[in-house]
Amino acid sequence: MSASGGATPTAQRSDQPEAEQDARAQARVERRQALARTLNTSPVYMFGVLLCIFVAFTVVNATAFTSVANVQNITLSAAPYLVMAVATTYLMIASGLDLSIGSVLVFANVIEAKVMGAVGGDGTAPVLIGLVAGIGVGAGWGLFNGICVTKLRVPALITTLGTLGAVLGAADLITAGNDIRTVPMSLVNFGADSFLGVSYIVWVAIVVTVVFGLILHLTRFGRHTYIVGSNIEAARRAGINVDRHLLKLYALSGASAGLAGFLALAQFASTTISGHSTDVITVITGVVLGGTSLFGGYGWMVGTVIGILIPITLNNGLIIANVQPFWQQVATGFILIAAVYLDQLKRRSRERA
Amino acid sequence: MSAVLEARDITKRYGHVQALSGACFEAHKGEVTALIGDNGAGKSTLVKVLSGVIAPDGGEILLDGEPTRLDSPQHAKRLGVETVFQDLALAPDLGPADNVFVGRELFKPGWRGRLRILDKAEMRRQALDAFVSMGTDVKDMHAPVAALSGGQRQSVAICRSVMWADRVLFLDEPTAALGVRQTRNVLKLVRRVAERGVAVILISHNMTEVLEVADRIEVLRLGQRVAQYRGKDTSVEELVGAMTGALDFHEEVRP
Repeated sequence: MSASGGATPTAQRSDQPEAEQDARAQARVERRQALARTLNTSPVYMFGVLLCIFVAFTVVNATAFTSVANVQNITLSAAPYLVMAVATTYLMIASGLDLSIGSVLVFANVIEAKVMGAVGGDGTAPVLIGLVAGIGVGAGWGLFNGICVTKLRVPALITTLGTLGAVLGAADLITAGNDIRTVPMSLVNFGADSFLGVSYIVWVAIVVTVVFGLILHLTRFGRHTYIVGSNIEAARRAGINVDRHLLKLYALSGASAGLAGFLALAQFASTTISGHSTDVITVITGVVLGGTSLFGGYGWMVGTVIGILIPITLNNGLIIANVQPFWQQVATGFILIAAVYLDQLKRRSRERA
Repeated sequence: MSAVLEARDITKRYGHVQALSGACFEAHKGEVTALIGDNGAGKSTLVKVLSGVIAPDGGEILLDGEPTRLDSPQHAKRLGVETVFQDLALAPDLGPADNVFVGRELFKPGWRGRLRILDKAEMRRQALDAFVSMGTDVKDMHAPVAALSGGQRQSVAICRSVMWADRVLFLDEPTAALGVRQTRNVLKLVRRVAERGVAVILISHNMTEVLEVADRIEVLRLGQRVAQYRGKDTSVEELVGAMTGALDFHEEVRP
């Protein structure tokens, strides 16, 4: 990919236009290299895959699949996953892992419904208080995970596997295993309303993704996330407070599950206790499909958006095509393995270069 | 000339092992000082003490004649003492410029700076400036460090430290993993750093390399300094003799 220099072999004429032309040629080469760099990334490949999936289902059943209602449907199902995937992208870039997000979602879901019920009445106030409470308890569980990982040095896989079970159990204890079906009308309206043809739920996911995408790629906080994941010792020696940074990311992961729980509550007007046991698989699959490395140090927010849309779109399209939706799990699984294999190949060739 | 960095009677014990038993050391402005010694002579321990990584049990460290306590590597860095360890501590997925500015990121001016938005172009420009002015062959500012050659990686690590080291730069075996040509480039780089007025301390096993690049040579043996030489007045035989103790005790005289 590294095309050598841009200077054309010119004789020793030193007239100005010549030099100007050279500079312009140089700039052109640099632009082309930048484009080549961008094209040679996982998000671009995965966008191709997503496009193929779209085209395939459009060929199968264009009227149903490409209808406005169906596209709204796809984005609505993707929204809670996307919110959690945004935080998971940070965590995985920093070489962290949080398997407990589905359970934290359910726990926050329950707390939100309980708090809204306890505050009582209708209108914005109980909904907002419930939202804050949900994000708060989510962040709390995330912080718990973070403390276990950074201070107690329990591996993230074990810590969050533990909270995956414990937090779901705690949610079941609170509700005795029954869903809470009474939520304020204003929340139901928020879930049903849309702005510019896009559901408020989807808007929330879009805003979260854009804001945290910008933070990841433009700010020092994002840069430190990459450094921690790429070489934790380098981060320490550079004076970055690695533990505090990881704590923030685990808290962010929990908070994102809290927000996703709120979006699910708004969407279904009920808690969904038994509906999130595979959420974490969908989220991690999406993030990895989008090109974020399992080993940290590497990843893009744009990739995560594309990666999350792949399993969701497959699921939706297969139902429309009257194929058993179980095929979605089969297809996503193999796409995931193939994507990671290709990524490994690319990295190995890079390291050999 | 007074020393920029001076260590007096440093002691450090790990359990039963006396790593340093009253070691002295000095490094001068604008000079390359080689620190040599056999395995286990206490080189790494001394470097760690002098760069703030570990605290000595006893002895004194003087920076520009001032007695100083180095509490941490960060503290040492604030005092202008930088170290390039053998593992380089680079983030392999990030670019050369990103690595140079790790932990010292530059922000865009104005409100964007208050939002902690990075000035990536400016960091790339300054890093490239450093790479060019130090005569390195690091050119591709977009490639991840993992894709660079061993010599280029070493150059990135050294340039990073040089950008911030205004007093002392420790280089721990900088050429250990390099080929002949890359070794040559790194040694040139080491000379250039010294010419900037930094006291460079080179830890090395390679005697010819040491003789080629060092102004002064300090020999460590069994946790103590046993000899000091001017680089141009000594030879490999003399250095090896001092390192192994043959010179002091005339134990290993062979026909």
